[in-house]
Amino acid sequence: MQDKCGLFFCSYRAESALFPSGFQRACLAAFLLALVIIPLGINSYYVSILCLMNIAVIGAVSLNLLTGLCGQISLGHGAFFGVGAYTAGILAAKGVPFLLVLPASGAVAAMAGMAFGLPSLRLKGIYLAIASLAAQLILEYVFLHWESMTGGSNGLMLMAPEIFGLKFDSDIKMFYLTLGVAALTVLAVSNITRTRPGRAFVAIRDHYLSAEIVGVNLFAGKLQAFGLSSFLAGVGGCLWAHYTNFITPEQFNIGLSINYLAMIIIGGLGSVLGAIFGAVFLTVLPEALNAVAALAGQMLGGDPTASLAALKGGVFGLVLTLFLIFEPDGLAQRWRMAKAYWKLYPFAH
Amino acid sequence: MPLLDVSDVTLTFKGIAALVSVCFQVEEGQIVSLIGPNGAGKTSMLNCISGRYHPEAGSITLGGSELLTVPTHRRTSMGLSRTFQNIALFRGLSVLDNLMVGRHAQLKYGLLSSILYFGAARRAEDAHRRRVEEIIDFLNLSPYRHQPAGLLPYGLQKRVELGRALAAEPRLLLLDEPMAGMNLEETEDMARFVLDINEEWGLTVLLVEHDMGVVMNISHQVVVLDFGQVLAQGAPEAVQADPKVLAAYLGSEDATFLGR
Repeated sequence: MQDKCGLFFCSYRAESALFPSGFQRACLAAFLLALVIIPLGINSYYVSILCLMNIAVIGAVSLNLLTGLCGQISLGHGAFFGVGAYTAGILAAKGVPFLLVLPASGAVAAMAGMAFGLPSLRLKGIYLAIASLAAQLILEYVFLHWESMTGGSNGLMLMAPEIFGLKFDSDIKMFYLTLGVAALTVLAVSNITRTRPGRAFVAIRDHYLSAEIVGVNLFAGKLQAFGLSSFLAGVGGCLWAHYTNFITPEQFNIGLSINYLAMIIIGGLGSVLGAIFGAVFLTVLPEALNAVAALAGQMLGGDPTASLAALKGGVFGLVLTLFLIFEPDGLAQRWRMAKAYWKLYPFAH
Repeated sequence: MPLLDVSDVTLTFKGIAALVSVCFQVEEGQIVSLIGPNGAGKTSMLNCISGRYHPEAGSITLGGSELLTVPTHRRTSMGLSRTFQNIALFRGLSVLDNLMVGRHAQLKYGLLSSILYFGAARRAEDAHRRRVEEIIDFLNLSPYRHQPAGLLPYGLQKRVELGRALAAEPRLLLLDEPMAGMNLEETEDMARFVLDINEEWGLTVLLVEHDMGVVMNISHQVVVLDFGQVLAQGAPEAVQADPKVLAAYLGSEDATFLGR
């Protein structure tokens, strides 16, 4: 008996699966297994980077929903992330259990996101970006000056999260927690992308006039995108707060917002996979540059490390610029091309 | 009772009248064409019906219910759908997804169900996909199903746009120059689709088109607009013979005298 060659779908359901082929599912399983095992065998410093990666994935995937999919540029994503973090800090101090704090952080961030998303009905493109910049600045101001709640510049302390008596007090445990939440976030956003609300978001992005003609309520749709995106950002912020155990206003400044924007642009706008790539890339890049700077410092002798550290910022910017020039469609496109190449290897078509 | 009843619609832009007391009816099951020289107000009329413009005066009813008080996005579920003169597809979505967006108003499942992609959402997606595939087959779009709509050639994009409008299951279909910029073969295909939609599916069509051959061949009724006013309406032959229409299109001896 012969096995079939290629993928033949017998139902619409099979075709719309996220991972249609057995090989893809096997790869995914192997990848997840590797993610679970690897942290057990490596230095806790690297585990902490993996943790930050998970949180960055949540932030980037959520911003991608708003900016990549729905086309609403936001320069305030870092602030919405911060709203989640501060909500978590305030609620955790009151003794609210972590399992309630997590969705509550998302909900508060969603409300903030929707409130600042209101101008999106009237403003588009670069004008909306400036309006969202206002959101960033206003929220930063609130973090800094509402001292009775946020602790102002002194920041807020948090304890390690606890679920049913299980304390997540080490890097490895936090890694599994953030990995779980990041995986659920990715799954949720993937599902949104391939169903009614996701298509409506793209419709709003690509041609808002005809989106209205097919029955998409523009205002509700945009608010929904702001709400969903900020909800997930808030969840990410909650994890961040619990991971670092200490939050201050400058963690959620404009730099964070721009970092998220850079992630989704480098990864590929509108693609969930791209957002993941971008988040991983931009988390690893500074660490890699650090390592290179340290290595160069050793080889050259003396103390050039300081000047190399200064160079790091420049190299970071250079890498981003080169990416935008040579890979404007992002890492996701590179991935698609690599897959297309290996599909028929060694028979190029 | 006519399916679409436009009465005394007046639309002005800062004092410049685009439409002046326009009245016409579209009977159920007919193909009605709206023609007129450039700038006569044809597209403005469609925009008033579909909700892009809000006329100052008049009333437009679809199947007896007033349209003008209904927000644009709700007119879809009242049975209205349209295509645009310039391609207005969702370029980043595949052909299939463009048509699925067309069914936005009919897909009723909620956000939570969509996040979980389970139960109602799954069943609804499958059921609506089946109908969308029928439309794809009807329009001969099957080979392009998974291609991004923005990468297709012009003629196909026009066809996808027709498909998206059909996917909304309208009672009245507004087509804004579906044959514009097409070669003879594509025009014939498009005319065939419009006829099939009308005859086999029983859809009522309001067509704006400059290709007079097509208009006179496939329309049951023709409405002629000029300078925002209805110049003539009736069967194609009658309209063709109307001296006022001839004057509007070709000019007349006293056209200069009238100051036009």
